[in-house]
Amino acid sequence: MMECPSPITAHGRSVSDRNAHARSGDILFGMIARLAGWFILLIMAGIILVLVWGGRQAFLAFGPGFMTSTAWNPISHHFGAATSIFGTLVTTGLALLFAIPFAFGVAFWLVEMAPLALARFIETAVQLLAAVPSIIFGMWGFFIVVPFMAHYVEPLATHYLGHVPGLGLLFRGAPYGTGLLTGGIILAIMVTPFICSVMTDVFVSIPAVLKESAFGLGATRWEVMRQVVLPWSRQAVMGGIMLGTGRALGETMAVTFVIGNSNHLGWSLFAPGNTIASLIALEFPESAAGSLKLSALLALGAILMVISFITLACSRIFLQRGKMN
Amino acid sequence: MSAQKSPPGIAGGWQRGGAQAVRRRLVERSVSVLCNVATAIVLFLLFSILWTLVTRGAAGLSLATFVHSTRAPGSGGGLANAIIGSCEQTGLAALIGTPVGMMTGIYLSEFGQDGRIVQLVRFVSDMLLSVPSILVGLFIYLIVVEPAGHFSGMAGTLSLAVLFIPIVVRTTEDMLRLVPRAMREAAYALGAPGWRVILSVCLRAARGGIMTGILLALARISGETAPLLFTSLGNLNWSTSLNAPMASLPVTIYQYAGSAYDDWVQMAWTGALLITVAVLATNILARWWLTRNGSAQQ
Repeated sequence: MMECPSPITAHGRSVSDRNAHARSGDILFGMIARLAGWFILLIMAGIILVLVWGGRQAFLAFGPGFMTSTAWNPISHHFGAATSIFGTLVTTGLALLFAIPFAFGVAFWLVEMAPLALARFIETAVQLLAAVPSIIFGMWGFFIVVPFMAHYVEPLATHYLGHVPGLGLLFRGAPYGTGLLTGGIILAIMVTPFICSVMTDVFVSIPAVLKESAFGLGATRWEVMRQVVLPWSRQAVMGGIMLGTGRALGETMAVTFVIGNSNHLGWSLFAPGNTIASLIALEFPESAAGSLKLSALLALGAILMVISFITLACSRIFLQRGKMN
Repeated sequence: MSAQKSPPGIAGGWQRGGAQAVRRRLVERSVSVLCNVATAIVLFLLFSILWTLVTRGAAGLSLATFVHSTRAPGSGGGLANAIIGSCEQTGLAALIGTPVGMMTGIYLSEFGQDGRIVQLVRFVSDMLLSVPSILVGLFIYLIVVEPAGHFSGMAGTLSLAVLFIPIVVRTTEDMLRLVPRAMREAAYALGAPGWRVILSVCLRAARGGIMTGILLALARISGETAPLLFTSLGNLNWSTSLNAPMASLPVTIYQYAGSAYDDWVQMAWTGALLITVAVLATNILARWWLTRNGSAQQ
């Protein structure tokens, strides 16, 4: 560009030369950019294909029964997915049960009640909680939360709730400390920041006039939240929850430390269990290449992929619509 | 919208006063208290984690941690091989992931004429952002480790790169979208070709934000454990070769924390402290940088 100050004053030939040069540069650049985009598609397709193809042996050997069988016996070569799918769904469900009220409480506090200077500080602190590596949560859970659960929470819960008809079934069993409940609690701590930050963003983005008119009519903060803010931001909040669900479903290291890792399916929340991710992490290193067990683990991976795919697609749809409103 | 129907009901309750007003005040009070409690508990948990790490991890911090590699239980040793391994794998993953991620981000923000493909790439890249990281480990195991016949640092690097790319894609796209239209038009008006406008004008303007994204992505992958379990496996000896199993901090923590030896558990706490401090410091730095750059642009 330095050699000629303006295309108009330059000779016709050099202008066309430069145009051709610019065009070929654009074409090349476009090609590189497209290649990079397609590369992303290739990685995703690769992950899906590799898991499904790797799991075909197990899918073929066990058929649809793979999903409902609770067996996991490497010696007799019987493998089933039911226990780990159950564990994954229960821990994720528990995580959401604990995380949603907390995330909502913190978001509500940050948006409506906190002094401005403190709000920024605490918002950062909550976001930092999301940045802590999952292995740290696992270790902290294993050394701090598990003994706490075993010594205080579980004996008390068994004592007071264990005899309630129906509900009591959930709280019986030896207080190991590890188990589905502990897994759910650790997951809840990990996903709370994600849900909270989405909620905070939507609550802040609501048009001020909507809230002000409600306040002007004498509504309390809670009434404004219940009857104005929440209906207005319902979809985006759902999207945030879905985002947290996706996190909880695939979390591996934190759960592996505290879930107890036993292939057991039962009512008690105190009993050790496993999840798809923790089962893969523990059993994969001991699986021989080409074995049926390896194939079963890959099939589990494919199932996990499908579950998280559905959740994430939902979260995207919700968040997209929330943005458009 | 249902929001507009609610105010009359609220006003009615307020005017009636008496029992209704008391009840409303009570609800408002208890919600406030509950929200305060929720915030306090979340903060307490964060500080409990940090406090545990500092008190348990600092005890094992010494010069040996940084200069010796891991050894058999009872014979001392440090984490030098794991620290080097982590730096090598995350650094290389960033080197591979940054150009790919940035080009994809440019593709998403600047090549809107590709329509459906752009939308598909954006959707897939969002998916990739939250794919369970253990599945990425399985994927790399099957396409790299199994054909090669051995675990390797390179496989670990590739699995981290797969996790790194979508974060960079997202930030690059978001930051490029923030570049003012007038800036692009000015560059085009000077006769610059499209690729020059994108590289020298748009990317330059979005530099701060993209760098922040890369830092956050680095922090995220440096704590990843699950994908490394099946790819770089870990190594108790000094390991810098990309073609052999390679140690890393998260995997060493995972192996040591569950062991029965006190000094190994101590080492795991020290490693956990190191990695958390590094990750949190990077995050704080990146956020501080972003707010400073963000306010400078406006």
